[in-house]
Amino acid sequence: MRFSNPVFQRQWNTFRSNRRGYWSLWLFSILFALCLGAELIANDKPLVLSYQNELYFPVFTVYPETTFGGLFETEANYRDPFVKELIEQDGWIVWPVIPFSYDTINYDLSVPSPAPPSADNWLGTDDQGRDVLARILYGFRISVLFGLILALASSVIGIAVGAVQGYYGGWTDLAGQRFIEIWSSMPILYLIIILSSFVVPNFWWLLLIMLLFSWMTLVDLVRAEFLRCRNLDYVRAARALGVSAPVIMFRHMLPNAMVATLTFLPFILNGAIVTLTTLDFIGFGLPPGSPSLGELLGQGKANLHAPWLGISAFVSLALILSLLIFIGEAVRDAFDPRKYLQ
Amino acid sequence: MSRLEIRNLSVRFGADQPPVVDEVSLTLTAGRMLALVGESGSGKSVTALSILRLLPPQASVRAEAMTLDDEDILHLPENALRGLRGGRVGMVFQEPLSALNPLHTVEKQINESLAIHQGLSRHAARQRTLELLHQVHLPEPDTMLARYPHQLSGGQRQRVMIALALANNPSVLIADEPTTALDVTVQAGILDLLKQLQTELGLAVLLITHDLGVVARYAEDIAVMHRGRIVETGATEQVLAAPQDEYTRHLLAAEPGGEPPVPDPERPVHLQTRDLQVRFIQQRHGLFARKQYFHAVDGVDLTLRRGETLGVVGESGSGKSTLALAVLRLLESQGEIRLEDTRLDTLRGNRQLRPWRARMQVVFQDPWSTLNPRMTVGQIIEEGLKVHQRHLPQAEREQAVATMLTEVGLPADCRHRYPHEFSGGQRQRIAIARALILRPALLILDEPTSALDRSVQHQVLELLRDLQARHALSYVFISHDLKLVRAISHELIVMRHGKALESGPTEAIFRAPQHDYTRSLIDAAFSTERKYQVAF
Repeated sequence: MRFSNPVFQRQWNTFRSNRRGYWSLWLFSILFALCLGAELIANDKPLVLSYQNELYFPVFTVYPETTFGGLFETEANYRDPFVKELIEQDGWIVWPVIPFSYDTINYDLSVPSPAPPSADNWLGTDDQGRDVLARILYGFRISVLFGLILALASSVIGIAVGAVQGYYGGWTDLAGQRFIEIWSSMPILYLIIILSSFVVPNFWWLLLIMLLFSWMTLVDLVRAEFLRCRNLDYVRAARALGVSAPVIMFRHMLPNAMVATLTFLPFILNGAIVTLTTLDFIGFGLPPGSPSLGELLGQGKANLHAPWLGISAFVSLALILSLLIFIGEAVRDAFDPRKYLQ
Repeated sequence: MSRLEIRNLSVRFGADQPPVVDEVSLTLTAGRMLALVGESGSGKSVTALSILRLLPPQASVRAEAMTLDDEDILHLPENALRGLRGGRVGMVFQEPLSALNPLHTVEKQINESLAIHQGLSRHAARQRTLELLHQVHLPEPDTMLARYPHQLSGGQRQRVMIALALANNPSVLIADEPTTALDVTVQAGILDLLKQLQTELGLAVLLITHDLGVVARYAEDIAVMHRGRIVETGATEQVLAAPQDEYTRHLLAAEPGGEPPVPDPERPVHLQTRDLQVRFIQQRHGLFARKQYFHAVDGVDLTLRRGETLGVVGESGSGKSTLALAVLRLLESQGEIRLEDTRLDTLRGNRQLRPWRARMQVVFQDPWSTLNPRMTVGQIIEEGLKVHQRHLPQAEREQAVATMLTEVGLPADCRHRYPHEFSGGQRQRIAIARALILRPALLILDEPTSALDRSVQHQVLELLRDLQARHALSYVFISHDLKLVRAISHELIVMRHGKALESGPTEAIFRAPQHDYTRSLIDAAFSTERKYQVAF
């Protein structure tokens, strides 16, 4: 129903007519889909192997080494030449394109780590001998997921607060605005640094802490939109019908505010990714060992003699941010009423 | 002597579209006014805009000939056209507030045009501007110079627009619905001014309008436009007295007339207000300063009996719409509001009011903003049922919507379509259907037809009368159009500055208005008819 909506149709057509934004959306979706399946692309476990005419899927199931005639009851280390040999004697192994996970240390390096790009490690390794490409792939996933969840959660809160302020106006609005003014003048970065010394900052903690301060972006926009819509005739008509306030806000006013929200979403996403990278870069972000673009940038700074670290991190970061900006611009054009309402 | 001659003008938007203006020929003569009449969408404005090539770039303009003072203007390059615009051809638009730059003073707006076209110095331009403001009868031209558009009233703004159009001594003046956005008493002043300038300066005036009353009173010649074609043209008196074309006759017949349905003589009082006030806090000067109130509605008493129509007339800003919102309890108000036997003003909150909401409904003025563009017509109409008859099964709800649509004269299968696919008149029908689906006994109509063409207005009026007769509905009918109000209401209230100046039976007020203001309103609305009694 929603998609046959004429307004949406026109907006979608305008969006598509912005070629750069349209292709950016495709490219971003493909990259995102790929990194969601990062385990199938970069992993130190085989995708599938055949041993004694039986198929095994090590990526999805844990098999002890004894399954393949080994000695230990722990999970098989498939990179171990001994295990490899055991399996290949009576079967075959299919490896992912990149046979390293983000935390796999390549012990076969012929040079001290960080090792430069080679046939084994396409973008080289970092200073602990871990494959850079695998880490970028996983890091991209964490960054984008973090950004998406943060952007969605802060939009939901921001819209709800803005909607209530705009719809009721008066004292509700006044109190809300003053609170936001105070809350938004807190030094966020320091607060995060202080808070991360109280708790061990994992993914969810970071998300929660950031959410405390990022929900305010949309409040003003949504509030202004609701203040405007409050006096539209169809909103008045709905009030005259006795429709309850939450229903009016959701059904009649929110679609108008969605325009502002959707336009801002890519930019909020960008902001979230950059903040996470910053925190990782200065060492207050995700726990040590997690794949992250900020940590890779930090390594690039510490190892200037290994330029592949810095360059890889820079290019991948620049790519995500540019794609999101291009998408954001196209979305903004699509929702610009001057373009679709003639 | 013919000033502007257009022969077989056609305008299309896109090659595969039908022409918006189709083979139109017009001649403007010095010292005469030609009225271009037609309903909205008939191509009047496009015709006018194509003379100065002000149409969007996708429009293709074709004509056999277009000459201004025997000089071809059809093939002029863009920079020569710029000399024409605001120079030899002056233009006055419908909405003066959006046609004037809000950040410039009156002096700057006019000086700019003088500097561009005549290269006048600051001082000379100022002199000329003063002269122009005099010419358009603006009071105190000296103080007007320094004012910004928002500091002027609607009529004053339109006078500034006319001064601007006259600045460079044009030979042709195009006025595109110059009075539609203005109050009735102001309208006459502006049109009188145009007429006077036409005779004094020997201008050829093209007046675009949909108001036949205006045409009858002011224009020497008339051209009736319908679906992009000129269907009839000639001297105004002849055409209006003996219209040849079917469509012209149809337009003339669409002037509001007729009587409201006769109500039941034993009718009880349905809605009553006593000393109703709505006030807004004006900006306070300083934290401890006393609150200053602006009274939008200032002590209005009204009584409406069941099955009757109460007309509320007044100019914009008189508090008519505020009154409607207060009665509906959509705005905070003081004073008593009584619906049937219940006092509505003591009820608080949506929960207490909800049962009463089903018994009084409202239809708003603007057919474009009254329907949510993101909902289908069916969803819009059934919303009231979803609130008040929550347990009604889906099938019965659909049935009710379909019945309602047929009742307001729309096909039942249009409920799956979106509002933008409908015309203004159809949208108002949908709004009426939304209001009536709960079977209310009281309907408040806030200028329900003022955004519609006369002939569509007529149909909506017929529909309202028909519904009233069938369901014994009570109406509060708010309008600035006295002809319309006379055709529908039993009782009348004249409002000005938030107060009810006069109230009583409609015919009594029209026959013997007690108040000067009422008299001037009636004069402004009906004076045109007296001149050409034959036509109506």
